[in-house]
Amino acid sequence: MLVLVVDSSTPAVTAALVEVAADGVAIRAYRCTVDARAHGELLAPQVDAVLAEAGARPADLGAIVAGLGPGPFTGLRVGLVTAATIGQVLGVPTYGVCSLDAIGHPAAAGEPVLAASDARRREIYWAVYDGAGQRIVGPEVSVPAVAAERARSLAVTAAVGDGAHRYADALGLPVRDEPRYPDAGVLATLAAERIRAGAPSEALTPLYLRRPDAVAATARKPVLP
Amino acid sequence: MSDEPLILGIETSCDETGVGIVRGHTLLADALASSVEQHARFGGVVPEVASRAHLEAIVPTMDRALREAGVTLADIDAIAVTSGPGLAGALLVGVAAAKGYAIAAEKPVYGVNHLAAHVAVDTLEHGPLPEPAIALLVSGGHSSLLLVDDLARGVTPLGATIDDAAGEAFDKVARLLGLPFPGGPYIDREARAGDPAAIGFPRGLTAAKDLAAHRYDFSFSGLKTAVARWVEARQRAGESVPVADVAASFQEAVCDVLVRKALDACRANGVETLVIGGGVAANSRLRAMACDRAAAHGIRVRVPRPGLCTDNGAMVAALGSHLVAAGVAPSRLDLPADSAMPLTTVSV
Ligand SMILES: [Zn+2]
Repeated sequence: MLVLVVDSSTPAVTAALVEVAADGVAIRAYRCTVDARAHGELLAPQVDAVLAEAGARPADLGAIVAGLGPGPFTGLRVGLVTAATIGQVLGVPTYGVCSLDAIGHPAAAGEPVLAASDARRREIYWAVYDGAGQRIVGPEVSVPAVAAERARSLAVTAAVGDGAHRYADALGLPVRDEPRYPDAGVLATLAAERIRAGAPSEALTPLYLRRPDAVAATARKPVLP
Repeated sequence: MSDEPLILGIETSCDETGVGIVRGHTLLADALASSVEQHARFGGVVPEVASRAHLEAIVPTMDRALREAGVTLADIDAIAVTSGPGLAGALLVGVAAAKGYAIAAEKPVYGVNHLAAHVAVDTLEHGPLPEPAIALLVSGGHSSLLLVDDLARGVTPLGATIDDAAGEAFDKVARLLGLPFPGGPYIDREARAGDPAAIGFPRGLTAAKDLAAHRYDFSFSGLKTAVARWVEARQRAGESVPVADVAASFQEAVCDVLVRKALDACRANGVETLVIGGGVAANSRLRAMACDRAAAHGIRVRVPRPGLCTDNGAMVAALGSHLVAAGVAPSRLDLPADSAMPLTTVSV
């Protein structure tokens, strides 16, 4: 089955067409551009491009997989609304995957690993994976020091992801090069069981982890002295 | 009629998620989801709250619009979306949605100007707009006076607010009077029982010295402060505040300036049609005053019904329909959301 995969939770804007078969997942076409400020401009042309490259029409898609974040809100929503609207038109199911899983799961080769992406404001979005790649803590958002302490208590031996690169010193862990951003093939693999089983379509609810910045209106200041 | 193009419009520039469907100048559906109640306790629209609400609302609102119109996305000829001006994060949800719909349904997409859409919506009620026309667009986010020479290709800005938007002044005065947010409808209701001549509030940028540089500009900040001073003085003197009279006098001052400048622009440009749009155009006094005064100058006022004055998807569809009819080329799939989109750009 031909599946569209999108992720816009990090500076890497990703679209891929993936063939999900009974025996595995194969990437047919793939576009990824790293630009933290142009998610809205980049994603749709990339979706268009992967369809064209694979010689596929939108109607050929059987399912859509989207990275749910966590990630900076504005960019994150681009991928989710793109996936949801395409799924709506085609009447195909949409499935969500925690974007950090597509970094941490493939990086956990036998030993626990911390996956992190940049949350801005000097914080990271992070989660910890056991040696088999199962998420055991997170996703959470905090300063790197809090993540580092938690990682130490879980005997984590390495960190991975763009957030780990940016805050390598604060984390105090060896950093793995790959994957730096959510991997499209892994996103598809993590949803493959649901895709093959024809599981019900899921609402693509972002993992915001933060409340909106807003303060309730306070008493009005008088204008008379 | 059935061979006219079927156009879908998506609006998410502020706190309303709107999906409208038109065929030519005929409105087929206008579905709306509002996050206004989530903003009330903040006394104004919180951008991130609005953006989150758009993401949740877009798919169900689209479903409602399609059902209302009795069509599917496969029947649609083109998709128009507000690409600016407005709240950046809110616009981005609508623009990304429009692209998703366009890709999946293999339809062209038009990124359009929100303000031009406020002008275009009137064609759904009153038919094609004579050009040139003057447009007065007043809402919580914008207050502009434009010369509409060619709605498909470009409008000429004549003036705008130099401080608060007109709708913002309504919100702030409403709050001062203990009325709920958004303030416009409550001021309008209170004012009906009040005397518009009870208090002589200032008319910003109407003095001879201001007109030289700001003939078509607006200022509502001084008016807002004047109302606050007047109310506070009464409160300090231990007197009750005549809410209806304050509301009526304030509303009269706003409407007086808006109508005066709009009609001045019509006369100076030899234009016989004035279109009024935006949320404040739902104000009953503004509608009545504009019609009365314009009639004396032989100017025809066109104001859509209140439900079409506030932000909605139908206005975007109406502008999209106008663009398609005028043979304007669609936008590219990399079209950006532009929070500061200039008025001179009708579509990108
Ligand atoms: Zn508006």
